[in-house]
Amino acid sequence: MTELKNIRNFSIVAHIDHGKSTLADRLIQLTGTVAERDMKAQMLDSMDIERERGITIKANSVRIEYPARDGETYILNLIDTPGHVDFGYEVSRSMRAVEGSLLVVDATQGVEAQTLANVYQAIDADHEIVPVLNKIDLPAAEVDQVKAQIEDVIGIDASQAIEISAKTGIGIPDVLEAIVHRLPAPKGDSAAPLKAMLVDSWYDAYLGVVVLIRVMDGVIRKGDRIKMMKTGAVYGVDKLAVLKPQMVDIKELGPGEIGIFTGSIKQVRDTRVGDTITHEKKPTANALPGFKPAQPVVFCGLFPVDAAEFEDLRDAIEKLALNDASFSYEMETSAALGFGFRCGFLGLLHLEVIRDRLEREYDIDLITTAPSVIYKIHMRDGSEIELHNPADMPDLTHVDHIEEPRIKATILVPDEFLGDVLKLCQDRRGIQLDLTYAGSRAMVVYDLPLNEVVFDFYDRLKSVTKGYASFDYQLIGYREDVLVKMSILVNEEPVDALSMMVHRDRAEARGRMMCEKLKDLIPRHMFKIPIQAAIGGRVIARETIAAMRKDVTAKCYGGDVTRKKKLLEKQKKGKKKMREFGKVAIPQEAFINALKMDS
Amino acid sequence: MTEDWRAGGFGVYLHWPFCQAKCPYCDFNSHVAASIDQSRWQRAYLAEIDRVGSETKGRILDTVFFGGGTPSLMQPDLVAAILERIRATWATSNSFEVTLEANPTSVEADRFQGYRDAGVNRVSIGIQALNDLDLRALGRMHSVAEARSAFALAQKVFDRVSFDLIYARQNQSLTDWRAELREAVSMAADHLSLYQLTIEDGTAFGDRFARGRLPGLPVEDSAADMYFATQEICEAAGLPGYEISNHARPGAESRHNLIYWNCGDYLGIGPGAHGRLTSGGQRYATDTPRQPGAWLQQVETTGTGEVAREQIGAPDQLVELLMMGLRLRDGVSLARAQGRCEKDRLLLKINELHKIGMLDTSQNRLRATERGRAVLNAVLTELYDAIT
Repeated sequence: MTELKNIRNFSIVAHIDHGKSTLADRLIQLTGTVAERDMKAQMLDSMDIERERGITIKANSVRIEYPARDGETYILNLIDTPGHVDFGYEVSRSMRAVEGSLLVVDATQGVEAQTLANVYQAIDADHEIVPVLNKIDLPAAEVDQVKAQIEDVIGIDASQAIEISAKTGIGIPDVLEAIVHRLPAPKGDSAAPLKAMLVDSWYDAYLGVVVLIRVMDGVIRKGDRIKMMKTGAVYGVDKLAVLKPQMVDIKELGPGEIGIFTGSIKQVRDTRVGDTITHEKKPTANALPGFKPAQPVVFCGLFPVDAAEFEDLRDAIEKLALNDASFSYEMETSAALGFGFRCGFLGLLHLEVIRDRLEREYDIDLITTAPSVIYKIHMRDGSEIELHNPADMPDLTHVDHIEEPRIKATILVPDEFLGDVLKLCQDRRGIQLDLTYAGSRAMVVYDLPLNEVVFDFYDRLKSVTKGYASFDYQLIGYREDVLVKMSILVNEEPVDALSMMVHRDRAEARGRMMCEKLKDLIPRHMFKIPIQAAIGGRVIARETIAAMRKDVTAKCYGGDVTRKKKLLEKQKKGKKKMREFGKVAIPQEAFINALKMDS
Repeated sequence: MTEDWRAGGFGVYLHWPFCQAKCPYCDFNSHVAASIDQSRWQRAYLAEIDRVGSETKGRILDTVFFGGGTPSLMQPDLVAAILERIRATWATSNSFEVTLEANPTSVEADRFQGYRDAGVNRVSIGIQALNDLDLRALGRMHSVAEARSAFALAQKVFDRVSFDLIYARQNQSLTDWRAELREAVSMAADHLSLYQLTIEDGTAFGDRFARGRLPGLPVEDSAADMYFATQEICEAAGLPGYEISNHARPGAESRHNLIYWNCGDYLGIGPGAHGRLTSGGQRYATDTPRQPGAWLQQVETTGTGEVAREQIGAPDQLVELLMMGLRLRDGVSLARAQGRCEKDRLLLKINELHKIGMLDTSQNRLRATERGRAVLNAVLTELYDAIT
């Protein structure tokens, strides 16, 4: 057990690419926590997708032993928080487990929208905040301007900001000293009954569910019988360890310490982030307040391209769900696509991550239906329905009105792109709430319908601002609007996977764009194919795919028979990558690409 | 059923694998060699004729086809020796057809009379284009003038003469092609093979195309326009298309190629030559080594040019029957097709394709319509799906 005065717990707040993972790597390296030969870039991002996309999805933790200049050795616990807007709720939870934050800002870029969102969460959690300016070795670094920006936009003192280059190692020792001297030590009472916070949990193929905890009061030891106060479940502590970042067994963890335990817990769903862990025999009287579980806000159907792979998909989804309690799923049947799953996600990135993992790690080709948000349908009889799937839209004669979720979006953007950003938000039915300047950057705040954001808002924002804008959002509630269900008919048959809820004023433009896209995405067939967008029985847009006119092998003689037969076999396999709707084969990628908007 | 091949006939295909130069569009089994020992090749061909002859005793032979490569590089003596052995091996039918593929250079034209004397009664001349610039782009070694005089000579020497053209070439407009084709039909051949240029993997054109260095090829719609213009012009000139790329005065069709399209039996002799043979009530696909040296050596050392033969099951026979037969304007006999499949699924699919105007089932035959023939690959993919 480490003395409280020798413990510092902290997280790092940063925008994507501002150097959070590199700084974490440097801290780990400089303190010799990981042997040089075991170092790899972005130590804490363990999933391939995290490394590839340079983002953190799951919270992670590392315990660093640091012999400070004052002669004392300190235990520094870093909790690495997810860095993307979809996982903002997880950020706020993990921040409750630590006392301070390093605010890392790229000195060449300045404060970004996500920095802002996360630093406010750190302030909410009463963190002591140490500003760190990264990338000061680059010629484009504007140290003074960025310091001024931190003070103007965030409102914290930046005069003591530490100037570093995580890449070259400049300033890293100062960061370690600042953690020790500027962040507060944790408080707690080792004699009190055990009270620990469940910070996160994940599934490990060998150990079962691994639970990350922060001890508040008391001491937890290997072999203890512990109780989860919310769920009431009791487990034996089979393994107690700290993360360096690999597991190193430890006898006990006292107040202020962070570590993991395992206890034959079957799935992540059996654990609640924020739950209080105490001893079965001598429980604490005051549980921690706990957190609401994260709620999925974006829904879509996932169907196997090859219907025969449904069972494989089920297995894969169940395995992924073991490790991700924020992802929901239930079986869905579509007239055209057969069996699949309706899945709920924290946001679009979360959706993409899950889809990527299913396709890559489990090798299943998927059709993703149009993403949808949750609409509240108020019926004439006074009842209310939550609509997750446009296919379930009730008969309009029974509907009184529909409400849709709205978000507050904060966008930081260099001046020169402001006009494009305002136009984009305006086009997506946004209401401007605020527009302020910080240096040459504008901060715009918009009230936007979530359904306008889930398709490709982020992609469009990146493209109109050449990647210079940053974006963050939070749900702010529901509002009534004129929403209609738009169906897409291919060869006179509705394709339920492409139907969507859309604002009436936007329906025609949206429908026209979908029809134009599908015209290019669906290959020619032997007959002409009408593509229509319709609201109820009324067609609002129409395109036609011309019939195929020429596709025949010029030469086919005795010597060609075997080869041409193989070609037919190959074409048959290619057809399996498509789904048949009536007589029309639609390629897998058409489902996603048809939804992308050009403006 | 076991004698089903009789509906197609019986022929011999002989492959001569050498060319003077490799054309950039050609993916056939052809090789350029510095010197060729024709007497060694003769011994191997004759040995193979003896071998396959003993397996098909008593059959009546309908056709022989010398293909390549460039068979017009064979010495007339070699052709004569082969045909002599063939006539000694099988009785020949009354309409016995012996075709030889020839290039229209002056050197090769000089051998025409020798081939005629050896027993060749039909030549198919690879003219390919009636425009010197395009001939060079296609890597051909003759000029239009040479081609015309070779053709005129062939018409005097042989009973039947056909020639090939390639269309949908780089930067060829529909108007260009119409003019060229009108010129071609005016040359009074009784048979024309008109091939749309196909870019094949593993050819010089294939490489260039992959690197984006083969511009000016027509897109689907202009290729379709050229194809339909081809049908219309030939039809009007009395040379209706009897197969996707082949046009003939009625009666002047290639009897040998009809054996392929009607799924008859054919023996493949020479490197890379494929065959189809019905034996002991089973149908087999036969194959030979592709490399000229390897084939020669195998024949000389093992006494057979064949590699493992493969039995063709009923569903595959049906696939072949449709794949080849639907290329013909006359299609295939429904009775022949129905003998070989689980009827319901195929009939359902046939009905579906009939409804959208791709197939026709009148007079107990299954035919692709004119529109259906133009998109036959798509039609066949559908049928294949229903069979397998």
